[in-house]
Amino acid sequence: MLQARGIRKAFPGVQALDGVSLSVSAGEVLAIIGENGAGKSTLMKILAGIHAPDAGEMLLDNEPVRFSSVAEAMTCGIVLIHQELNLADNLSVAANLFLGNEEIRGGLLGWLERRSMNDRARRLLERVGLEVAPHRLVGELPPGQRQMVEIARALARKARILIMDEPTSSLTQRETERLFEVIAELRLSGVAVVYISHRLMEVQAVADRVVALRDGRNSGELAREEISHRRMVELMVGRDLKQFFRRGHAAGGSSVPPVADVTGIVAETGAASIRPEEHPIRLEVRDLCYQGGPQTPISFAVRGGEIVGMAGLVGAGRTELAEALFGLRPLVCGEVRLDGRPVSIRSPGDAIAAGLLLTPEDRRQHGLVLEESVQHNLGLPNLDRNSRLGLVLPRRESEMAQQLCQRLRVRTPRLSQPVGLLSGGTQQKIVLGKWLVRQPRVLILDEPTRGVDVGAKSEIYALMDEWAAAGIAIVMISSDLEEVLGMSDRVLVLHEGRLAGELPRAALSEQAIMHLATGGSEEREA
Amino acid sequence: MTRLLGVLLMVLIVYAVLMGSFPPARSLHNHQTLAERLGYYGIPTLGVGMLIVAGGIDLSIGSLLGLVAVYFGLLLSGPLSARQTVPLALCLGLDGVLLGSALLPAIGISRRIAVLLSLLPGAALTWACHLYLPGQRVPPWVAMLMLLAFASQIGLFHGLLITRLHLQPFLVTLCGLFMYRGLARWLSPGALALPSDPHTAALRALLVSDRLLGFPHILLWMALVALLLAVLLHGSVYGRYWYAIGNNEQAARYAGIATDRHKIAAYVICSTLAGLGGLLFFLMYRNATPSSAGSLLELYAITGAVLGGCNLRGGEGTIPGIVLGAAVLPLLQQICTYNADIGSDLEYTVIGGALLLATIANEVVTRWSKHR
Repeated sequence: MLQARGIRKAFPGVQALDGVSLSVSAGEVLAIIGENGAGKSTLMKILAGIHAPDAGEMLLDNEPVRFSSVAEAMTCGIVLIHQELNLADNLSVAANLFLGNEEIRGGLLGWLERRSMNDRARRLLERVGLEVAPHRLVGELPPGQRQMVEIARALARKARILIMDEPTSSLTQRETERLFEVIAELRLSGVAVVYISHRLMEVQAVADRVVALRDGRNSGELAREEISHRRMVELMVGRDLKQFFRRGHAAGGSSVPPVADVTGIVAETGAASIRPEEHPIRLEVRDLCYQGGPQTPISFAVRGGEIVGMAGLVGAGRTELAEALFGLRPLVCGEVRLDGRPVSIRSPGDAIAAGLLLTPEDRRQHGLVLEESVQHNLGLPNLDRNSRLGLVLPRRESEMAQQLCQRLRVRTPRLSQPVGLLSGGTQQKIVLGKWLVRQPRVLILDEPTRGVDVGAKSEIYALMDEWAAAGIAIVMISSDLEEVLGMSDRVLVLHEGRLAGELPRAALSEQAIMHLATGGSEEREA
Repeated sequence: MTRLLGVLLMVLIVYAVLMGSFPPARSLHNHQTLAERLGYYGIPTLGVGMLIVAGGIDLSIGSLLGLVAVYFGLLLSGPLSARQTVPLALCLGLDGVLLGSALLPAIGISRRIAVLLSLLPGAALTWACHLYLPGQRVPPWVAMLMLLAFASQIGLFHGLLITRLHLQPFLVTLCGLFMYRGLARWLSPGALALPSDPHTAALRALLVSDRLLGFPHILLWMALVALLLAVLLHGSVYGRYWYAIGNNEQAARYAGIATDRHKIAAYVICSTLAGLGGLLFFLMYRNATPSSAGSLLELYAITGAVLGGCNLRGGEGTIPGIVLGAAVLPLLQQICTYNADIGSDLEYTVIGGALLLATIANEVVTRWSKHR
């Protein structure tokens, strides 16, 4: 039904797609897999008309098409459901279903045909198996039901090709199963589904065919009977992970686990040679609760030189916990100790003074002042060192920035370049780099490599390894399981705000983490 | 940089039009009048411009300026009545409370106790004002200090409402616009004139009308304020924080900056400069009408700041730009005064139209230079 050939697309600093081809026919579920940054999302955005390709052609029913907008793609029946849902929380389910497509009577008067829309809404909701009244507000629905509303909306737009980007990232097990049933029904009715996911188990369960991308190119294709976890991993990774994830000090330089372990089938046991008990405890959290957090208090400890991964589904409360530790959310009970001494952190300023530093998840919102220069961004939290009597010492600041840029290999034409114009990887290095002059004791890295290209990623990993070797306690919050498996000495898994379990390196596997993250008990671990 | 050149060009064009079309405008006397106006407009414009850089806005400065001018007139021309001292006494008393609760924790007293303790000096200050001020003539410099403290207190009040209660700056200061104007009218039923005693005359000469190398003092005071603010905004740590807060308050917060405190400071500076503007207004024009002194000034000042390169979304603008932006307005006003065809009725329309044109030109130039 839809064919794409030789699609190319470049963004400043990255060749996101370098000649990708794919085809999907009616009634087929095509899964697209690939690591972060492999180009999956870009490809989908091109298919849905959000981006225009630099080169390549697209055929719909053997006719060449070119979409210049989302609306054009939609009229052709191609609908993309984003990872972050695009529903208006303040409107009813029916209003969301027909947003921009309302049935109107009276021409310009715009009188809404509420009754007929509600009837249609009810039928659409029935098709996706959602028992919700059309007049309910979307904001009141749980995430799984909102996902179904999105699908119903795609059906309302007469979607023939439905593209789902990580649809299960915030769903529970049961909601995921329900989603698969709906996908199966859609397939029977002749809708083509393009399914993008990191979760290979789900791909295995739902896909008729798998297309793998790597570094913006096709790296292989699997037919229904060929799909296996192992084959998919081979196609996706294809890179020497030993080089990629560097945890030198942790395991004597050579015990980075083989590919299979990193991506989750076999848990290699017994090889980890780190002896964390040799390091003193840096950060200790005792019975902590914070405003807006879960009822059950949380406790954990991190030793110096240790990288502790913090895994969990979206909404598990990892970022909130980090914000509470950094003084951005008021604590309700419990205590935080640094190097054995209790500290009182009421604001980010207190946290920084104590040596507990956070690099936020959303670097554009929280990590950087995009309009300002590299030097000013690196200097912002360090002005106390680069000033005298309240006056900034620009020379000292630019020297500091120069040194940091060299150490982090920040690629910028000049220090006065506004950071908003730099690539994601470079921006992330600046977010990390501004803390380095402060000799941190504890670093909390929230999604340290999100939206970062492969090269910068491996550099960031190398830096993390270096910092750990220098005795810093690192808490790495990440939704990228490969990263969690590749970098962590130990993994804490959060589920609905509470600590669902702790996995030592020896017991690490994708399955074990997902099991805990989706609310499974610790005993049933694989 | 392009912005600064743009506003400079604009000032030069308007100046050339004024001088080219109206020969009487070329006299030295008229230049001194222009300089005095610039000095008077410049001070509140600088204050609000700096606040806009820090991501805030203040619509109340015109009313506050009027209120301070009226109070100054009352204090200079005779003793206040008991009723008239009430707002001043309350505000200064609150000043005592806040100063106390800010300073006492520094010497190791816990916050809660410090607040309770500082109620004492606050109440004492209010009581002293209430007892001492009615029926008592106040020396001009004491009156000035009191009124500057009063104005800064108003800024603190705005800042606290905006940061602690998370109210919108537009709304808080809009309420201020009404409240302070009403207060000014309540304080004095009619216009107040500058008393003609030698003390006041000397004060007027020092602050406004005397010349140094031909420049009226009020312009020099404005230049001094501009210099201080330039050091603060472009050279100091605080300026760096204001720019960061104006551009991305969340990022500033995540960088460990006490954003609330710096925002409050910006409101205090803005209101204090509006208060200073009120003192100068009364000395310069020799009278103050409660219903009209400083009215619309907030809009003139904001437009001046925007012309000078301040972005209303915050994080952009420079002190030289703001000063140049403030200069556009007196020049335009004079064009209207000299041109019989325009006359005073159309003055607002001309000013508004010219400002709109300038803003459009500015925008076009900025976009053009970005695309290149």
